[in-house]
Amino acid sequence: MTGVLVSTTINGDAVQFACPTDETLLDSLRNRVGLTGAKEGCGTGDCGACSVTLDGRLVCACLVLGVEANGREIGTVEGLVEDGKLHPLQEKFIEHAALQCGICTPGFLVAAKTLLEKNPKPSEEQIRYALAGNLCRCTGYDKIVRAVQAAAKEMRKK
Amino acid sequence: MMPRISLTSSLRDAVDGAESIELHAETIGEMFAKLAERYPRMADRIDAGIAVAIDGQIYRDDWNTKIPADAAEVFLMPRIQGG
Amino acid sequence: MGHDTNYQDREFKIIGTRVKRPDGIDKVTGRAKYGADAFAPGQLVGKVLRSPHAHAIIQKIDISKAEKLAGVKAIITSADLPDLTGSNRGMTDILENCMARGRALYHGHAVAAVAAIDEQTAKQALKLIKVTYKLLPHVTDVDEAMLPDAPIIQDFVLQDGKPSNIAGISTFGHGDVDAGFAEADVIVEKSYKTEQTHQGYIEPHACLANVSSDGSGELWVTTQGHFSFRVVCSTLLGLDMAKLKVTSSEIGGGFGGKTHVWTEPLALALSRKANRPVKLVMTRDEVFKASGPTSSTSMDIKIGAKKDGTITAATAMLRYQDGAFPGIWGMLGAMTAYACYDLKNVKTVGHDVLVNRPKVAAYRAPSAPMAAFGVESTMDLVANEIGMSPLDFRIKNAAKEGTQASYGPVYGPIGIGPTLEAVKKHPHMRAKLKKNQGRGMACGFWFNFGGQTCVDLNIGPDGTVSLTIGTIDVGGSRASLSLIVAEELGIPYDQVRTNIGDTASLGHNDTTEGSRGTFSSGMAAIFAARDAVGVLRERAAKMWDIPVDDVVWADGVATATGAKHSNLPPLTLAAIAAKAASTGGPIAGHNEVVADNAGVSFASHICDVEVDPETGSTKIIRYTVIQDAGKAIHPDYVEGQFQGGAAQGIGWALNEEYIYGADGCLQNTGFLDYRIPVCSDLPFIDTQILEIPNPNHPYGVRGVGETSIVPPLAAIGNAVSHAAGVRMTHIPMSAPRILKAIDDAKA
Repeated sequence: MTGVLVSTTINGDAVQFACPTDETLLDSLRNRVGLTGAKEGCGTGDCGACSVTLDGRLVCACLVLGVEANGREIGTVEGLVEDGKLHPLQEKFIEHAALQCGICTPGFLVAAKTLLEKNPKPSEEQIRYALAGNLCRCTGYDKIVRAVQAAAKEMRKK
Repeated sequence: MMPRISLTSSLRDAVDGAESIELHAETIGEMFAKLAERYPRMADRIDAGIAVAIDGQIYRDDWNTKIPADAAEVFLMPRIQGG
Repeated sequence: MGHDTNYQDREFKIIGTRVKRPDGIDKVTGRAKYGADAFAPGQLVGKVLRSPHAHAIIQKIDISKAEKLAGVKAIITSADLPDLTGSNRGMTDILENCMARGRALYHGHAVAAVAAIDEQTAKQALKLIKVTYKLLPHVTDVDEAMLPDAPIIQDFVLQDGKPSNIAGISTFGHGDVDAGFAEADVIVEKSYKTEQTHQGYIEPHACLANVSSDGSGELWVTTQGHFSFRVVCSTLLGLDMAKLKVTSSEIGGGFGGKTHVWTEPLALALSRKANRPVKLVMTRDEVFKASGPTSSTSMDIKIGAKKDGTITAATAMLRYQDGAFPGIWGMLGAMTAYACYDLKNVKTVGHDVLVNRPKVAAYRAPSAPMAAFGVESTMDLVANEIGMSPLDFRIKNAAKEGTQASYGPVYGPIGIGPTLEAVKKHPHMRAKLKKNQGRGMACGFWFNFGGQTCVDLNIGPDGTVSLTIGTIDVGGSRASLSLIVAEELGIPYDQVRTNIGDTASLGHNDTTEGSRGTFSSGMAAIFAARDAVGVLRERAAKMWDIPVDDVVWADGVATATGAKHSNLPPLTLAAIAAKAASTGGPIAGHNEVVADNAGVSFASHICDVEVDPETGSTKIIRYTVIQDAGKAIHPDYVEGQFQGGAAQGIGWALNEEYIYGADGCLQNTGFLDYRIPVCSDLPFIDTQILEIPNPNHPYGVRGVGETSIVPPLAAIGNAVSHAAGVRMTHIPMSAPRILKAIDDAKA
């Protein structure tokens, strides 16, 4: 198995890891860097539990190769906390009981953050379509959509 | 008064086809012991699991549960399973 | 110590408030550890080789090439799992389901497993294992499996002394249905089919097994019941139960599917053979192929009524497939089918039928949604025939206290009536509908369980309280249980922390199933807290040197009563805890209980749909869940259960199904083709919590987790019939099926 050295930036930190050329970014993050916040729900890009950002763009880490991270910037759920303070989305997810089992939560948070960066005042429909790539089996999405609405409102105040 | 013990149909073959039985017992455990003594084929069914409804309240597990002397109904039904 | 389990009417201080869950912060920061998030030094990767055939004799498994691959540390087949079950049929079935024993019984049945140094090596090793199969005829459809010439799945299953796929026939009911139908003015008879669905939890099964050469072991696993996993795994592997410590990870959804072991015994066997830790994580494809979905069904429903709306007789012939191993799924369908109604004459028959599909496992109120689909659809048809509103027809026939349930016993106080009255009053029922839209409603029933439960409550030297429970938290129950302890002790919620203990730290707890988590651990937590209050009063009495009878506990402090002690300032929990060392040692409360008598549960749902007549595509426009919770400890998570159950029911009703090819192989083993509802498919789901106290719980709590998946199939079917003018009898009501029905109706 050929290994390749990858130099990348993860949540603002310079990180190096070596991985085989056919390894997914998700496996690299989880097994080599030790960031297990992104989850594997399907491995085929259907569930969004492994959502991360690659140079600011929302991707499924299971559909990206670890070697593709070389020279690029990765953002994961672990990077949402800034200066020891929860992101408003994290606050509102807890406050609105937007999680039950919580396995899909990291993916929803990364996807919702990407949405709100592009569109600070999304309609309910825009939220629902922006999050349609993230599966949740526990909540019926009701409280997730409400949490995102509340976080958007909170962020607009600042 | 001795409460009648009714059985769900799938248990009746173990008690010679009876739909209900008269039996005096103060607890679920005592009732099971007497049933198994009188109808040996009931022993396996009891091991496999039987739920007991006493006046409509379903007990799955606690054999110490008292059967009130004035219970209107004791009903033996299959032990159920949930998600 | 005996405690009174009866409901005590009282004012609550913090029960019913919407506090933040204690595990929330870990779950929004990525810190929470789920099944696949654990690591052990030297761990290997486990992978399972699965049958590509629906039904085949395994003639030979050649592992010689795979064994020689560098990095392969262990390979197991069924030969490595001798039958130690003592011919306990249920255990033997679990063993055979974990790994095929000479015969593959379904597409995806495990045949061999490997442990290797990494994922790539393990996958390569699977390819090098050569299995020689001899194909057998197969059957995957429940009705075909009952035909006399169907391929036989299990030799030990007999009907009338002959091999059969009918593993069980269960009959329930009372009265004389023939006489009842003779009295009827209107009789409606209809047949229905529902396809197989999966629980669809987002976290695949995952575990980390570590067995040492001395026969002791540890298992980290995502499960709904680590204690029952310990029982099963130690039995199958011949380990001493006390030497196998099972720790439950955070669980990424279960809904019944994680009540059962699938690959965990294989991981333990691989670890034992390799003498190293083995992490085994299922792929999504494996989850669909080989972890328990719910039954597909076929049903005949017949209901007769008088013109005044009184039902005179009702029957249900139900055929449920169990997969390749006997289950009780048809029986549960037969028990629940008519449980909402007060019927003089009723008969239900449930058939449990074997087919070449994965072993069926519980899925949220298992078996009830399908039977309810048949019954509740037919209820609407009868109401239409006699010209009564479906709601009034249901109210007229609703079960009440004293009704003999169709599954046997007589009901105590129950709540189907109040949910129907709430439907009648709900503004949803009066909202205007547009073109191509229709409204439907339906009722649902589920039993709920209690079961074996124990908790430990420990008060720290600083006065903070730690509650250790043994029921897995699947959706926020740690918050509810902390609320209960805080209420009992009269202290702030933040002063209590609830943790889940491993199998070495508590006595046996039954699995979190049957909506029992908050009901049963809540009961045990109340009693443990009351025990602790007893100790706190004793310690305060010692500190004051007064009789314990002169000490009362209220609002989180001990107060001395009586004129003699009026000068003594109250002692807080923290003040008493600080002196614990000198007043008798650590302060704790314990409780072990069989929390029986959970109280049955009812729900009524209202649903509006819009059907596109050009495509048959159906959209949920509005949805309302009304259910009795007994007492909502944490209303957010009660609502969450109602909404989540409804969403699963909506997916089942409209989209989800296992699709088998003519070769008996499952064709849609991923979330792309097995499509569960996504965010843009659903509206907000309204909820109304009724609180009719359960007389058998100190706080009046009832299980709430399962019932809300029961009504949606029929509620949506009834709505579609009004929106599109077609009566759907086959679930899921996918766009092609609805379009065909619309086209057939035009022709």
